Parts: sequence; C-alpha cells; structure tokens
Amino acid sequence: MSEPTPPTRTTARRILSRVGKGLQIPILAIFTSLILAGIAIVLTAQTPAIGWQKVLDGYWGIVDGALLRGSGRTNTLVAMTPLILTGLAVALPFRAGLFNIGAEGQFVMGALVGTLTGIYLNLPPVILTVVVLLAGFVGGAFWGFIPGFLRARLKAHEVINTIMLNFIAIAFTNFMVRGPFKDPNPSTVQTLPILPAAELPRLFGSRLHVGFFIAILLAAAAYYFLFKTTWGFSLRTTGLNPTAAQYAGILPWKQYIISMVLGGGLAGVAGIIEVQGITHVLTEGFASGYGFDAIAVSLLAVNNPLAIIPAAFVFGVLRIGGDFLQIRAGLSVHIVSIFNALILLFVAAPAIVRSVFRLKSKEEEQTQASLSRGWGG
Amino acid sequence: MTKTPVLEARGLTKRFPGVLANDAVDLTLHKGEVLAMLGENGAGKTTLMNMLYGLYRPDEGEIWVNGRRVEMASPNEAIHAGIGMVHQHFMLIPVMTVTENIMLGVEETRGLLSRIPMLGRINRREVAGRIHSLSQQYNLAVNPDDFIRNLPVGIQQRVEIIKALYRHADILILDEPTAVLTPQEAEELFVIMRNLTQQGVSIIFITHKLKEVLRVADRIAVMRQGRMVGTAQPATATEASLAEMMVGRKVILQVKKGEAHPGQPVLQVQDLYVDDDRRQPAVQGISLEVRAGEILGVAGVQGNGQRELVEALTGLRPARSGQVHIGGVETTHYLPRQVTESGVAHIPEDREKHGLVMAYTVADNLCLNRYYLPPFAQGPVLNQTQIDDEARTLVQKFDVRTPSIYTHAGNLSGGNKQKVIVAREFSHPVRLLIANQPTRGVDVGSIEFIHNQIVSQRDQGSAVLLVSAELDEILSLSDRVAVMFHGQIVKVMPIAEASREKVGLLMAGSATADTDEQVQPQVIK
Repeated sequence: MSEPTPPTRTTARRILSRVGKGLQIPILAIFTSLILAGIAIVLTAQTPAIGWQKVLDGYWGIVDGALLRGSGRTNTLVAMTPLILTGLAVALPFRAGLFNIGAEGQFVMGALVGTLTGIYLNLPPVILTVVVLLAGFVGGAFWGFIPGFLRARLKAHEVINTIMLNFIAIAFTNFMVRGPFKDPNPSTVQTLPILPAAELPRLFGSRLHVGFFIAILLAAAAYYFLFKTTWGFSLRTTGLNPTAAQYAGILPWKQYIISMVLGGGLAGVAGIIEVQGITHVLTEGFASGYGFDAIAVSLLAVNNPLAIIPAAFVFGVLRIGGDFLQIRAGLSVHIVSIFNALILLFVAAPAIVRSVFRLKSKEEEQTQASLSRGWGG
Repeated sequence: MTKTPVLEARGLTKRFPGVLANDAVDLTLHKGEVLAMLGENGAGKTTLMNMLYGLYRPDEGEIWVNGRRVEMASPNEAIHAGIGMVHQHFMLIPVMTVTENIMLGVEETRGLLSRIPMLGRINRREVAGRIHSLSQQYNLAVNPDDFIRNLPVGIQQRVEIIKALYRHADILILDEPTAVLTPQEAEELFVIMRNLTQQGVSIIFITHKLKEVLRVADRIAVMRQGRMVGTAQPATATEASLAEMMVGRKVILQVKKGEAHPGQPVLQVQDLYVDDDRRQPAVQGISLEVRAGEILGVAGVQGNGQRELVEALTGLRPARSGQVHIGGVETTHYLPRQVTESGVAHIPEDREKHGLVMAYTVADNLCLNRYYLPPFAQGPVLNQTQIDDEARTLVQKFDVRTPSIYTHAGNLSGGNKQKVIVAREFSHPVRLLIANQPTRGVDVGSIEFIHNQIVSQRDQGSAVLLVSAELDEILSLSDRVAVMFHGQIVKVMPIAEASREKVGLLMAGSATADTDEQVQPQVIK
C-alpha cells in the first residue's frame, strides 16, 4: 500500500485491488470520526432528539455546502489547490525520509517573495504571471533549503527546524505586511495588490482559477519525478534505507537538500497561487493552516503524489463544508474544531504511528511470514 | 524408550496463504536432552517453534507436554506449561537492569497494597536474590544489578535464559543462539547448555551450523521444506550426511578450486588509518596487497577493525591517513560510486542494512548500482522494461529463488537475499571483489553457490579480498591468509602455512604463534 506500482507492471485488476486496499483506512477513519463527532454534538445538545437532528442537519450541510451547490463546488476546488501543493511539499521530503512540518512557513515565504515581485516588477502579462510563480517557488524553496541543509550537513533535526522556521516566516511576513510594504491606505493591513498582469486567469466567471490545474499538473509531475526518473529513485532509496543508498553510490545529504528545496518550492507555489488567483494581496495571517492540513493530506495519501489529489479533495470538502456544518447545526465553532481534529487524528494516527516508529503493518508481517518458507537455496 | 517425552508434537500443520509452512510435523523431546533442529532458512523451523511457543496456532495437530495435551493459544500457556524461548533477537530493555528485565510482566509485590493489581511495591531485592541463586545453580555468572546496555551480547543471552528459568521453564527453545556470538562465547554457551541439561532442563537448539550440532546435540532432527525429514545421532552422522538431509542432495562442503595464478597487484593499501563511529582508531596502519587472480582472506574475531577497513576501501568511511590504490589509481578519497565505477564489487557485511532496500522489489534491488546508467536510464528517465529484463536474466543466472522479480526483497530468505546482492555486484565488470562475511546467516546450499561464485571471479582474473569471522571459510577459500587483530595485520601467510591452530592463536592476539624461533632462545635463558 505504500508503494504505487507503475501501471506497466501489473494488470488493471491488481491496481484496482491495491487502490481498494489503500482506501480502506481513510474511509474507515472518516467514518469513525463522523460517528464520534456526532456523539460529541449529541452530548452538547439540550436533548438527544435535538442533538440527532443537529447531526443530520450539520452533516447534510457539509454535503450540500461543499458539493451540491455550484458555489460550494468551486470553493471546494479552490480550497483543494493549495492543499494539493502543500501536500506535495510534505510528501516529497517524506519520500527522502524527512518530516517537513514547515509547509506553513514555506507557503507564506513563497507568497511574500512572489507578491513583492508581482507588485514591483513590470513585465508583459503572461511572462509576469510565470515569473511571479517562479518567484513564489524560489521563496518557498529557500525556506525549505535552510532546514534541508542543516539536516544534511549538521544532522540538525528537520522537525524542530521546520517548526521554528514557521514562526520566523509568519512573524517576518506580518512585519513586512504591516511595515515596509503596507498599503498606504490606512484602513487595511495588507500589501498593495499585485499587478493585474501577474494575476492567474479565473474561469467560468467564478473564483476557480488556472492555479487549480497547475496544482494537478504539478502533482502528476511529482509522481513522474518520484517513480519514473533516476532522481526520484535516488530520493526514494535514501528514504527507505539511507545506508543502502550510500552503499549504492547515492549521497543521502544531497537527497535531503533536493527534497526539501523541491518541497519548500511547491509550498511556495501554493502560497503565491493563492495570491495570484484569489486574494491578489498579501494579508496578515495569510497561511490559515494550509501548511498544517498538508501533513494530514500527505499522510492520507501515503505520500503518493497522485493520491494527494483525492486526499486534498477530502480536506477541501471539510474546509468548505465545516462552515455549513456550523451554521446549519447551530454549533459553536469549537465543536467544528473538534470534528476536524477527530478526522485528522483518525486519518493520521495509523500512518503516523507506523512511520514514526517504523512499524510494519500486520498485513506486511503476514506476507513476510508466509513467503519466508520454501525458497531456500 | 518408554518414558513419557517432556514435549511432543503430533502432526502439526500450519498453512500460510499459498504456502504449507509445516506439513504434519512430529517432534519428540526427552527430559534432559539437547535436541538440535537443523534446517535451511525457510525450512519451517521457526514456524514450528512459534507454534510450540503459542505465537502461531497450528491448523492441525496436537501438542503434548509431560503427557498432557496442551492448547497453546498464546505464549502465556506455553510459559505456564514450562516452555521458555530465547529469540535470536533479544527482547531486553537496554536502559533497565537485569533484575528489572527479568521481572517484567511477573513483578512480585509486597506491602499493604500488594493485593490490589498494579499498586503493590515491587519486591526488587527478593527477585534479585532468586536471579542470583539461579545464576549460581546453572553457573551463568550474571550480576542482577548490571544494566543491560553495558553487557556483552553473550551475557545478554544468558539473561534471556534466566528470564525463562525464572518463569519455571524446564523446556528451553534456543533460536539460532550462536548466530550473534563470537566463537568463544559460543563455547561458553555450550558449557551452559550442558549444565542445564544435567539438571533436568530439556533444550531444543535451532541452528544451521553443522559443526555445532555434532558437538552439542544428543539427537538431531532435520527439517526440509516444511517436513521433518528424519533424525540422526551425532555419533554416526557426519557433516556431509547432515547437509545432504537438509538440502535434499549431495552438497560439496569443500570448495573445489585450482591453483591460483596471481598477476599484477590490483589493490594496494599503504599504512592506512581509519577511525570508527566513536572516532576511536579502528584500523591502525594497515598495508596489504591483493593481486589479480588471488584470494586474500582476512581472518579475525569480529570488531578488530575489519568493518572499518572494508568501509574505507569502498569509500563509505573516510580514511584518516594512508593511501589506497586500485589498479594503480589512487582511490583513497573516492566517493562510493567512484569506487564502484573503478571496477569494485562489494558484498557488504550487513545485507539488510547496506546491501538491500527491503521495500524495493527484487528487480529494483538488482539495478541499485547501475540504475543511473544506460540502458536502465535514458538521461534522467528510468527504463523499467530494461530493468525488469535484466532482473529476469540475473534471477535465472544466479538461481535466486523468488516468486517473481516484483517480490519485495524483504520477503526473500537470507540465502536468496545474498544471491541478489552477489548477482548485482557481479553484473558489472569486476576488477576487485571485496566480500565481507559473504555467507553469514546463509543456508548450506547458498553458501556452496556463493563460494563457487567467488572462486570463479578469481579464476576470471579478479582480485578478491575476503573478510570473514568464519575460520573455515577463510581456510577453504583463501590463497593467502592475513590475520587482523586490534586494527593491525599481525601476519600474512600463504595458505599452505595457515593451520587452524596457528590462525586461531593469531586471531586471539597471541603473537607467539609464528615466532617459534624467537621463543626458543628465551626458554634456554
């Protein structure tokens, strides 16, 4: 379930059964958390009957709000966009054996560098759009490079460093937005808008913008990179067994830097796409947790770039539908937080436990036991 | 013999999806005997033991202990029935003392609250006392207050034995106990086993080392492909007859090799110094030379700098000073890939850590040293078809027994894992082969195969540096023998002069083994 088999190797049936198996845990996780959150809602209601009614209304609100209405559907796709990219920002380093908790910081740094480029660099339309995107990539990549380099050269743990750099990035961006680059108009705390030439075109007159397709494209590119190129092979080998990688002539420290630079860059692209496609300005508190949801997205997708697309969809639905859950069921905002946290917990728990403690799943152990016999020389 | 056996298995069968791991296995263990269970990796020994210890439930068959039928649903029933198991990988907590480890799970409590679960005070002193007396009774020399992390492997193993005895085990299952021990520690273990059986403990001793079996067993049971193929008596059995039972065909234990025809020097090492992980000097001024077409065997007890020497030669570890030349080119500061590309094949000491990526398929593992080169890659793009084709060829050529080339390497048996490594390393032009413990933990059939491959590399003109802690391996393969002790080569000699005793003494650090001439005048004085 951890290793996607390239399609050329297997029949369609085997792929389907693999996908089916891969879906078991996520579906069970979501189902369990829906039940538990439902119980929490019932317990906080005046009477159980009212409680159950609230649960029904609220859950229907999620489906209705995020999937059935036209505007909800677009909003879900819009929310998916940064989740796909930040999900990739966690997945790529994970494949090299690093845990990138820093997508949030890389997201805002990408947005900052990109936004400033978009405000002050005067270039023709399409060119400027691309240059600003690249600037976002560079901003995030630089923020990913720092912990990658520290890990590669000084063996400083990337989890600690990425967390620290999140604080620095967010505080630094807030300072820039309030101070040097504040829109002179005193009523708002935000930057000037980027030049119209730097904006990403919107589609169908809705909020949906080209960035969504860029994200899908980059997910496919990340998959190709990881599983079809020698670079990806080196990176995955390092993640699965750094000593064997070294023995095979791969330099693990290089892979650490490459994966963090690429991951950080993708998170940066997520940040700048959000500016180019939606906000057009950089505000305080811009990141709004995309970089943290990314960890759950990546875990739900078992760090497979293609599976990140549906995983981002799930969390997109929750982001958009969560508001409807709150309004329809008349819940306090805290209950909605509990609901989100439960889903996160159940989705992430088996994967976190397995990866952090390097455990094998029961299934793997079984195959091992059954295959270890009968092939002796 | 009419006496009731202490342990009897009747018709035990265990199936795993697609495999019959144990097929109607019968086993009898008598009081006070050492029963050796012999079989290749994957023959079903471990499955059988896991059923006896309650870790697996048999699909069919019965287990009888002291004439009573026992249903083993979990290790608890096994322990209750007096069965103890010492696993190959110890189940000890390094930061705890011997006492704490042993009482883990069976803590004895005292004080007012001791009747209430989890609230009594732990009675450490009494436990330590019992451990002390068990240690005395069986001559185990274990101090109850030592921390596990400070104990050598051999002593840790004794702690495991005490742990079983403490739980009143009188049937001990030892799963490949000598695999982790030095030859001396193994000797001590055999004495302990004798002690135990003399006092009524019965032992099942799992191994695939034929010499050990003949030394310590009272009776030998041989398994092959999930079946019990027979029993033998050590008095009448020979290594060759046991090997044949295990493998199912005649096995040549003696390596057949012709005369060496050494050519130009390929590997030249001058005054090499290498540090270990703790930055202590591990290799201290080694100079050696290996010529094309010869095998230089480096003998030595493990931990005398062999690992650091090999890692420095292959670019995995920096050399502090000194020089390495391969084929006349200085390679002292080469990266691992540069070393490989200058024609070096390396069979690493630890195949699971260095040699293979367990979660990769056999095919991907087979191209680990060449995946970035054509035809396996066009530019940066992998050509999976080429990789798979090459894998099929190599699997065939090197007789790797795997269900398919897409099987994960972690699912292969030890011998087949090693064959994957050998196949990969020999699949590019080899000028120098560095083999470190090439057959450790490998079954007899695969050992024969790997030895023949090494000799054939030599005959094709490669220089071979063979590092091994198995004296027999060194003596049967080498053309010249170097003995390593405390980071230095204490002696290099042609194979004709290398007797078992002489090399053994040098390995143990006795410099007198080769200085008979100097000793005599001193004696006269």
